[in-house]
Parts: sequence; structure tokens; C-alpha cells
Amino acid sequence: MEWTLLFLALLMAVVVWWLVRQTVNVEPWVAGASVESVQSDGIRSMANLGGAVRPSKVALGVFLAVVTSVFALFISAYSIRMEVGDWRPLPEPALLWANTGILVLCSIFLQGAWVAVKRNNVQGVKLGMTLAFLMTVAFMVGQLMAWDQLIDSGYVISGNPANAFFYTLTAVHALHLIGGLVVLMIAIVRVWSAAEIVAKVASPVELCGVYWHFLLAVWIILFSFLLNT
Amino acid sequence: MADVAHDAVDYVPPLVVEEEELYHAKTWLGKYVFCQDAKVIAIQYSVVAIGIGLVALGLSIAMRLQIAFPDSFAFIDPTNYLQFVTMHGMIMVVYLLTALFLGGFGNYMIPLMLGARDMVFPYVNMISFWVYFAAVLVLVASFFVPGGATGAGWTLYPPQAIMPGSPGTDGGIILMLLSLALFIVGFTMGGLNYVTTVLQQRTRGMSLMRMPLTIWAIFVATVLALLAFPALLVSAIMMLLDRLLETSFFMPAVISAGGQTAYDGGSPILFQHLFWFFGHPEVYIVALPAFGLVSEILSVHARKAIFGYRMMVWAIVAIGALSFIVWAHHMYVSGMNPYFGFFFATTTLIIAVPTAIKVYNWVLTLWQGNIKLTVPMLFAIGFIFTFINGGLTGLFLGNVTIDLPLSDTYFVVAHFHMVMAVSPVLVVFGAIYHWYPKITGRMFNDQLGRIHFWFTFVGSYAIYYPMHYLGLEGMPRRYFSYGDTEFISASAHDLNVAISIAAIFVAASQIFFFWNIIYSLFKGEKADPNPWNATTLEWRTPQTPPGHGNFDELPLVYRWAYDYSVPGYEQDFIPQDVSPAEAEKMAKRVD
Repeated sequence: MEWTLLFLALLMAVVVWWLVRQTVNVEPWVAGASVESVQSDGIRSMANLGGAVRPSKVALGVFLAVVTSVFALFISAYSIRMEVGDWRPLPEPALLWANTGILVLCSIFLQGAWVAVKRNNVQGVKLGMTLAFLMTVAFMVGQLMAWDQLIDSGYVISGNPANAFFYTLTAVHALHLIGGLVVLMIAIVRVWSAAEIVAKVASPVELCGVYWHFLLAVWIILFSFLLNT
Repeated sequence: MADVAHDAVDYVPPLVVEEEELYHAKTWLGKYVFCQDAKVIAIQYSVVAIGIGLVALGLSIAMRLQIAFPDSFAFIDPTNYLQFVTMHGMIMVVYLLTALFLGGFGNYMIPLMLGARDMVFPYVNMISFWVYFAAVLVLVASFFVPGGATGAGWTLYPPQAIMPGSPGTDGGIILMLLSLALFIVGFTMGGLNYVTTVLQQRTRGMSLMRMPLTIWAIFVATVLALLAFPALLVSAIMMLLDRLLETSFFMPAVISAGGQTAYDGGSPILFQHLFWFFGHPEVYIVALPAFGLVSEILSVHARKAIFGYRMMVWAIVAIGALSFIVWAHHMYVSGMNPYFGFFFATTTLIIAVPTAIKVYNWVLTLWQGNIKLTVPMLFAIGFIFTFINGGLTGLFLGNVTIDLPLSDTYFVVAHFHMVMAVSPVLVVFGAIYHWYPKITGRMFNDQLGRIHFWFTFVGSYAIYYPMHYLGLEGMPRRYFSYGDTEFISASAHDLNVAISIAAIFVAASQIFFFWNIIYSLFKGEKADPNPWNATTLEWRTPQTPPGHGNFDELPLVYRWAYDYSVPGYEQDFIPQDVSPAEAEKMAKRVD
């Protein structure tokens, strides 16, 4: 459980630091003469100072904490289960390295799309998003091919906990990508069909970018755990 | 930044909170079924949660009948009995209390108390309810598949949860795990909404430290749930794979029906760690909203500011943080390292500190208050008693040496029902009575409410007090039938009959509650918009019940939620949106 606890300890430290800053010097029983004074504490003020923080961005941040919790728990379970004697590591197909490269490309394309949004470059946005979408699909096909190779060499899911974890973790990671693809697809349809475009998709492009970078990081951590057996 | 510029009394800065674009339903279906209004979603959540809770109540009565009058009822056999135990626990903890507190009260209270028009993502909110509803349907379906619902205990420990021999290992356990996964997905959608709304959609002037404690509690409980439910999701996924694809995450080598199974080397203890990593925060996911709601009720009906508001807030946060490092106190009997037990006993006793701070503060809120013994107040005070009772036995069970002999006895049943069942349910009733006039626009019948309270409160004690004694005598829990066991005295059997009769009375007396809220819905007196003279924003809506969008113009908040009996003012409450200039007019002129 140490991985989960580490993650939670960090998260708690951030939350407590933030809360203390928000609440320690406040005398709530004193009525405000104007609302202005109140607004200078509170997250609202951060929103006001550095441009509004959109609710969807906050929600994505919270969601990423939830997803981190899921993967931290899987990794905790992985490390605990690995110590039992029957663990037989499985050979990682070389294909996984290629897939990792493809996933890096996805992140780069989405980052490119975000840059294009900021420059109001319609073609760039379309290109970046579509390429990212196709590359993500390619990544998942690649993962399926890796599964296929392993199954062909006899490493079935029920064979050994190492196999079981490999299939489970890759599948859960892919499920999260599929969720992202749904959002991305809606944005792509919007950007290809509508005329108002760029402003309309600015938010999904930015959020997809953050989400893909996050899932790339998750994949790299998972991959290093899978390699390190 | 607490120092306030008193010269700028009438200055109001331009609107900083963006107006939300509200979705207006055009069809009947969109208005009442697939509704995106948080208030309607709250009622949908509550009705479904209470409905499935009634099923669980029925199951508990069936269990009590078997314990009091063994083998007198044809429809209860050992298999059924275990299924009843399992489903009663699971439904009550997850599908009733979690859904009711966060989905029900969370949805209703958060936008109204914060002065928002709605949740930030109304559409996701609506989906959240329907996914929850699907989870409930899958859960109910598990009763009807071949082999019936799972009977592995609400903790679903492997290996017995998926090995032939325990009830419901065919389809029951699969549907149970799927239902939990659905519940978690649905809850995550709702939870993102609650957290983001609290962070982003507060009206002007509603700083964090002006939020009512109800919102603080629901907020922290939601954060806990968002971080803890993944543990249940992860264990559900892995157990599902163990069951369906014969992986060995949790399943050790087992010989079943004379043959070696395909399982090998899995760790049941790993499951217990994951489960309780969710399971203990879950206790506080249920308890914290109850703490918050009860703080509100006590303060309003004692006409007094909540004692130690800042301490209350920090206690909520501290309980939330600590609740993640106490989980293994549920596993003292699992054979783990004794040093582990020492660590978890220590953290368990530490978490009693912020909890005790809250209890002291409630009592001190009542101290010298102008206490009005209304129906909600009765339930709130009943909660304090019950929670102290349950909390004190928790101190016993938190210690390894005392827990080991008591762990599998009725003492534990008594403890967690006092602290986690009766206490939150008393708050649920109190809160429903308290907010009933706002939610429905009509008053409930006071007399029926009082009868309901005394039956429920006294009856609960008649059920659970004797169980402590049974537990100390060593009566094991989860048993279908005790037969002629030497160490269980005859009087214990008599006591069991008495407990069961009390349980039937308490269950039956809930008819007063349901009759009251249904009858009053149509025939109740029209309610005043603010019948309790409360300060929080939900009582300041232009319509009662609040209309779509809650407020005409978003309120401005000048003060905290607890300006009751402020010295120097005629009126004994000053609502949150009353500016100092308006408040001056209420000031007493007695020089």
C-alpha cells in the first residue's frame, strides 16, 4: 500500500496547505462590510487574478486525482502480489516500446493542436486533433497486437499473476484512453463541421491535451513497473 | 485578510460569479424524469435510496425472525440467511446511506446553500443518477439469478465469495461486483460535480469560512469518496477476473470438491487491505455529512452560533485525512504483523480526538442555548447520545487485545449499528423533518413526528444495547442458528427474542414517518418560507419550494451561517445575505 499512501500523503499535504492558507487567519464570525474583502481570500480570487479558471478544468484536475488513485492502488496491489513466491515475470514484447513512442506522438499532436488554437490556426487544430485520434487508435491496436504475441507464446491471463496484472493494467489504461477518445471525437466532429470552430473547441483541446499527457505519464510508470520484474 | 473595511458599507463589486447558463427542460420527460435540476435529482436519489433501504430493512427483520425463533419460518434457510446478512449490509452502507447523504442531501444542499443556480455540470449530474439507478437494478436482479444473491458477507472476502459452497457464487457475486462498479462510476460523476461546485460556484461573499458546516462536511466526504471508492473498484475488477477468468490475484491454491482448482498463490489478505482501504473512509463518507447536517440543526434550534466553527471545520478535514490510515483496525484478526496492529490502534485512537472535539462542540452549542425541542432537534440530540455510545465502544474495539476476542461477536454488531446505522439514520430523519418545509412547501405533522422519534430512538436502544451484553458473553455473529451451545445461556436466547420484537416494533413504527411525509405532502399546512428562522441561503429563496434556478438574483453573502442571538439585535437571527446596513435597522435601541 506504500504507493497509494505516498500518493495520498502528497495529495493531503497539498489540500491541507491550501486549506490552512484559506482558513487560518479568517474570523468567520465577523460580518463583512463589503463582499470585496471576502473575495480576496478563497479560490475565486485566484480565478480573478490569473484569468478565470473554468469549472471543467477544475473538474478534470479532480478527476485526474481519482484516476491516479485507481492506478496507485493497482500498483500497490502489483507490488504486494509480486512478493509471493509464484511470480514468474513475462517477457515484454519489443512492440511495447514502439507503442510507447506512438503514445508520445499523440501527446505531441495534441500539444500542437493547443498551440494552433492559441494562434487561431484552423488547419493546425484540425490536423493535430485528427492525427492524435488516429495515433491513439494505433496505440491501442498495437497493445492488442502485443497481447496477441503474448497469448501466442502461451502467456495466458490465468497462467500467472504477472500475466494477469499485465493484461489488467493495459486494459484499464486503454479504457481510460477510450473515454478520452469519445470526448476528442466529439470535438473533432465539431471542428470539422462548424464554422465558428476554434473558440468552440479551445476547451476540449486543452483538456484532452492535459488528459493525454497524464495518461502518457501513467503508461510510462506502468511500463516501468511491468519491465521491472 | 479578516480585517474588514467598515467604511465601504454599501460598496458592492461588479458581478464576479458568471451567470450559469441554465438548461430549461421543454418536455415532461425532461422535466420530471431525465431532469438536470439538482433539486429534482436530489429527490430522485433520495426516493431510490430509501426504497432500496426499505428492502434492506425487510431483510434485517427476516434475520431477526430467524435468530429469535429458529427454524420456524420456511422461507429462511441457512443459504437465504447469509444472503440476507450480505445484502442488508451492502445496501444499507453503500446504496442507502452513501447515495442518500451525497446524492440526496449533497445535490439539494450544495447549490442552494452556496447561492448557486445549479451544479456546474447539470447533464453529468443527471447521468450520475441514472447510472446509480442502473446499479440498484443490477443489485436487485442479483436476487433473481440462479443461485441467488451473494452470501459472502458485505465485505465479500475471497476465497469464500467466489468458491462453490457459499451462496450466490454463480451469478450473484458477478452482479454484485458489476453493480458496485456501476455505483462507483455513477458516484464519480456526481462527486466531480459536488467538489467543483463547492470550489467554483459559490456566490459572491461566500468564502470558504462562511460556508455552512453541512457544505464543509459534504465537500470533505465527497473528496474522501472520490479517493476511496477506487480501492473498491480495483478490488472488484480483480475479483471479477478471479471469478471469470481464473486469475489468482486474491485466490490461493484451494482444493474444492476433492479436486485442485486452477487458483494458486493469490493473497486474500491483499483483498482485505484494498477493501478496508475503501471501507474505513466509507465510515466517514457516511458519518461526515451526518456531522454537518446535525451541526446545522443544533445551531438553528438552539438559537446559538455553532461552538468553535473553525475547530469544527478543521476537525472535519482532520478526520478525513486520518480516515485513510486506520483501515487495518478492521483486520486485527487476519493474522497480520503485531507491529502493524500497534500502529493502527494508535491511529485509531488519534482519530478519536477530532471526533471528540466535534462532540464537545455540539454539547457546548446546546449549553445555555435557547433550545427549541422541535422534531428535528429531538433527532439531533438523539444523534449526540447515540454517537457517543457507539464511539465509546469504538475505543474498546480499536485496541488489538480487546478486539481479538470480541471481533466475531455481537459486540461488534452493536458497535457499528450504534455508530454507523442508528446515528446517521437519526440525522437523516432529523434533516428530512428540518428541510421538509422548504423541499415540499408544506409543514409535516408535529405530533406524528414526535411519536416517530420516540419509537425510533427508544426502540433502537432496545435493539442494540442488549447486543453489547450478548457480545461480551461471546455470542458469535453471522450464525444462522445457535442450537444447544453450552456457553450461550438460556437468558441470551430470551434476550434475542426481546431484541427481535423491538426490531419489529421499530421497523413498523417507520409507518409514522412515511405516512407523515406522504400525507403532509398533500394535506399539510402551507409552510412559511423560513419556518425555523434560519440564516442559511436555502431559506431565502423567493419561492418555496425553490424554483428552477433557485434565486431571482444571486444573493450576496455578508456573514457566516451562524449569526443567531447576536447581542444587540432584536431579531435572534441575521440571514447570511443581510448587509450590515440592513442589519443596523434590526439593532435594539436600549441605551
